[in-house]
Amino acid sequence: MDVVQLSRIQFAVTISFHFIFPSITIGLAGLIAIVETLRWRTKRDVYDRLSVFLTKLFAVTFVIGVVSGIVMEFQFGTNWSVFSGYVGDIFGAPLAAEGIFAFFLESAFVGVVLFGRSRVGSTVRWIAGLLVFLGTTISAFWILVANSWMQTPAGFKIVTDANGASRAQLTDFWQAVFNPSTLPRLFHTLAACWVVGAFFLMGISAWYILRHRDSDVTAIAMRLAVIVAFFGSGLMFVSGDLQTREVQANQPLKFAAMEGVFTTSQGVALEIMALPPSQTGPAGFPSLAVPYGLSAMSDLDPNGEIKGLDQEPDESLWPPVAMTFMSFHLMVGLGALMLLLMLFGAYYEWRRSLDSHTRWLRFAVLAIPLPIIAVELGWMTAEVGRQPWIVQGLMLTSQGVSPGVSATDVGVSLMGILFVYALLFFLWIYALTKEIGRGPEAAVAEVVPAGPAPAEVASESAGEPKAGQTGRGR
Amino acid sequence: MPALQTVWFLLIGLLLVGYAVLDGFDLGAGIVHLFVARDDSERRSVINAIGPVWDGNEVWLITGGGALFAAFPLVYATVFSSFYLAVMLLLAALILRAVSIEFRSKEANRLWRLAWDVGFTLGSALAALLFGVALGNVVRGLPLDAGGVYRGGLVGLLNPFAIVMGLLTLGLAAQQGSAWLVLKTQGALQARARQAGVAATFVVIAAWVAATVIGWYDSNRLFGNFGRSPLAWTGPVVAAIALTSMLYAYRRRQELRAFALSSLAIVALAYTAGATLYPNLVPAAEASRSLTVDNAHSSDTTLTVMLVVALVGMPIVLAYTAFIYWRFKGKVQLDEASY
Repeated sequence: MDVVQLSRIQFAVTISFHFIFPSITIGLAGLIAIVETLRWRTKRDVYDRLSVFLTKLFAVTFVIGVVSGIVMEFQFGTNWSVFSGYVGDIFGAPLAAEGIFAFFLESAFVGVVLFGRSRVGSTVRWIAGLLVFLGTTISAFWILVANSWMQTPAGFKIVTDANGASRAQLTDFWQAVFNPSTLPRLFHTLAACWVVGAFFLMGISAWYILRHRDSDVTAIAMRLAVIVAFFGSGLMFVSGDLQTREVQANQPLKFAAMEGVFTTSQGVALEIMALPPSQTGPAGFPSLAVPYGLSAMSDLDPNGEIKGLDQEPDESLWPPVAMTFMSFHLMVGLGALMLLLMLFGAYYEWRRSLDSHTRWLRFAVLAIPLPIIAVELGWMTAEVGRQPWIVQGLMLTSQGVSPGVSATDVGVSLMGILFVYALLFFLWIYALTKEIGRGPEAAVAEVVPAGPAPAEVASESAGEPKAGQTGRGR
Repeated sequence: MPALQTVWFLLIGLLLVGYAVLDGFDLGAGIVHLFVARDDSERRSVINAIGPVWDGNEVWLITGGGALFAAFPLVYATVFSSFYLAVMLLLAALILRAVSIEFRSKEANRLWRLAWDVGFTLGSALAALLFGVALGNVVRGLPLDAGGVYRGGLVGLLNPFAIVMGLLTLGLAAQQGSAWLVLKTQGALQARARQAGVAATFVVIAAWVAATVIGWYDSNRLFGNFGRSPLAWTGPVVAAIALTSMLYAYRRRQELRAFALSSLAIVALAYTAGATLYPNLVPAAEASRSLTVDNAHSSDTTLTVMLVVALVGMPIVLAYTAFIYWRFKGKVQLDEASY
């Protein structure tokens, strides 16, 4: 394999691995912020215990996200030095802004949330929780700014430097930041992260109920998770629709590959389930499709015209069709499955009968990885669908690679990364299962009561009997 | 008013110095961990001495990297791709360090804890060493070809000057980590940390002298700025004064002063490296191929935007970082929330 292929594989491995962790921590940070707010306002002990438990799950996930994230930041320079030189004037700024505005914030206050229970008062701890949430969200924003600029570059001009090399130069910062795809992608990605976090908590709570280890903490956790997962799953379709329309407008070839449309025509059907198409045409096998569906959805007219891949006569500029098509369709399929699960879940929770639906609870446990897989598939759609470009319309992926790095170098590093990441993944699962096995009750029993806030301790213990009543009395 | 690119040369220097001072003591605590902490409770004390802050300290490196990418993209691209395998090793070392801190206390098993203790020390030491090797190669200059590409591989980075510079940063980190542990711990652990700190300082002095001698014979460019500007001399002079005063502070059991002086020595030595480089960022063996503040910087638009970002953001960062250090001040006390 050549250095371009190896570098692409390495980038795919490192980004897909990395993205598991921030997608969980962004969602969990949101849930922690809600629980911390409830704790701070009501002073009820049950929220305190849930918050501590969530924070422990957050911490072990966060650390893997941090270390795999540094790999991402360095990799632009190590493996894609020509790309880095070409886009640095624009691309570097959001990365630096992420560090200054977001990453300092979350890393600094994670320490307070984790270790500060005996060092800071109730209000400071609550604010620290909110700041961690704010940090993770701002972090997502700047990373999406950088990546969206690669999808729909804006606010720049191409200049030729003294050495005769051309590069993109910033002309309008806000245009580059709010390029056409930034906000739709931010909306979709953040909603996805909330769903990931909610399914994570929902699955864990379901597991406790199945194991008869449920308590007032899991009851609240389950309620919160079901509400967020229900609305989040719905939002995925709203935000996904917005983003797909944005892609259709700005990256029409990606859209055509996603929907598997080869020839421009009117009244195009919406493919629901199909075998993967080849690079030259659809799979020669019947597929499940809604007639006129795609035209109706995209143009609000069943006879509307849909531009196919043939709008670009140079086939070498087409994205890998099968991969784009399949990742997109699998993502939407998983989204539908999750929404279905949540329709039942929300109904059962509303009827207060969730605990008795053993089959649903089992599905909820099994569903923990589903949104994470969907998130990965979504990114695959976005990134593979942009190929062969590394920056849409400006630079080919094959042009961006580091000239001084050999295939052997990348082969060696890829092997090392696969080994280290397998180990990291194993350690993460081990630490999570251990923490979940100990449960929210243990998570709290070991923490010293908050020293500097005696008033809070008093009101917490006063709130205890009330907390018990919200248990489901099973 | 100095040109924007010079301001950014200084700002990136500041971010990297912030990293060296702050994560320097985390790395240093890791380097001396196996040697100064003998039993389990001492080892937990070492880890908890950096527990609440090491994560935030590492962000200085991430932000420094991002700022370098934004302000001097060609430097970022050239340095990271030139040092390819060394950067990968550095990443592995930083990962090893982080997971060792995080996972050590998850099991009570002695072998499990020993393995992570070794990982903590190895990862920290390798990272500190590699930073110096990389800095040494940058200061010394890279054999860039006509396209500005380094093709020497990992072996090409292992020259005497770079290795001695690696030992210098290893020693500095160990010195800084020891000073932090002296500040944060008590009793036998503190006494051993003090000894380690003094020993590390002698490594620092020896490596510094060796780097100067090798550098003198290695390259005629290295000391050019010291002949041109007396300003360059403040670096080594302040560093020498800080190191000697630090040893004196240890003798008088002034813990906070010793740590402050160790930090000052790092700042002064980093300033010395910067003074050696300026106006180059990556000097090339053939001078016309060098990346300088004038030929490698981003557009004025980007540098201005980034300056606003830094001026708005960094004071806030410094304020809450100070708040957190103040909240966690004092000696380490192990409780059930600790690692």
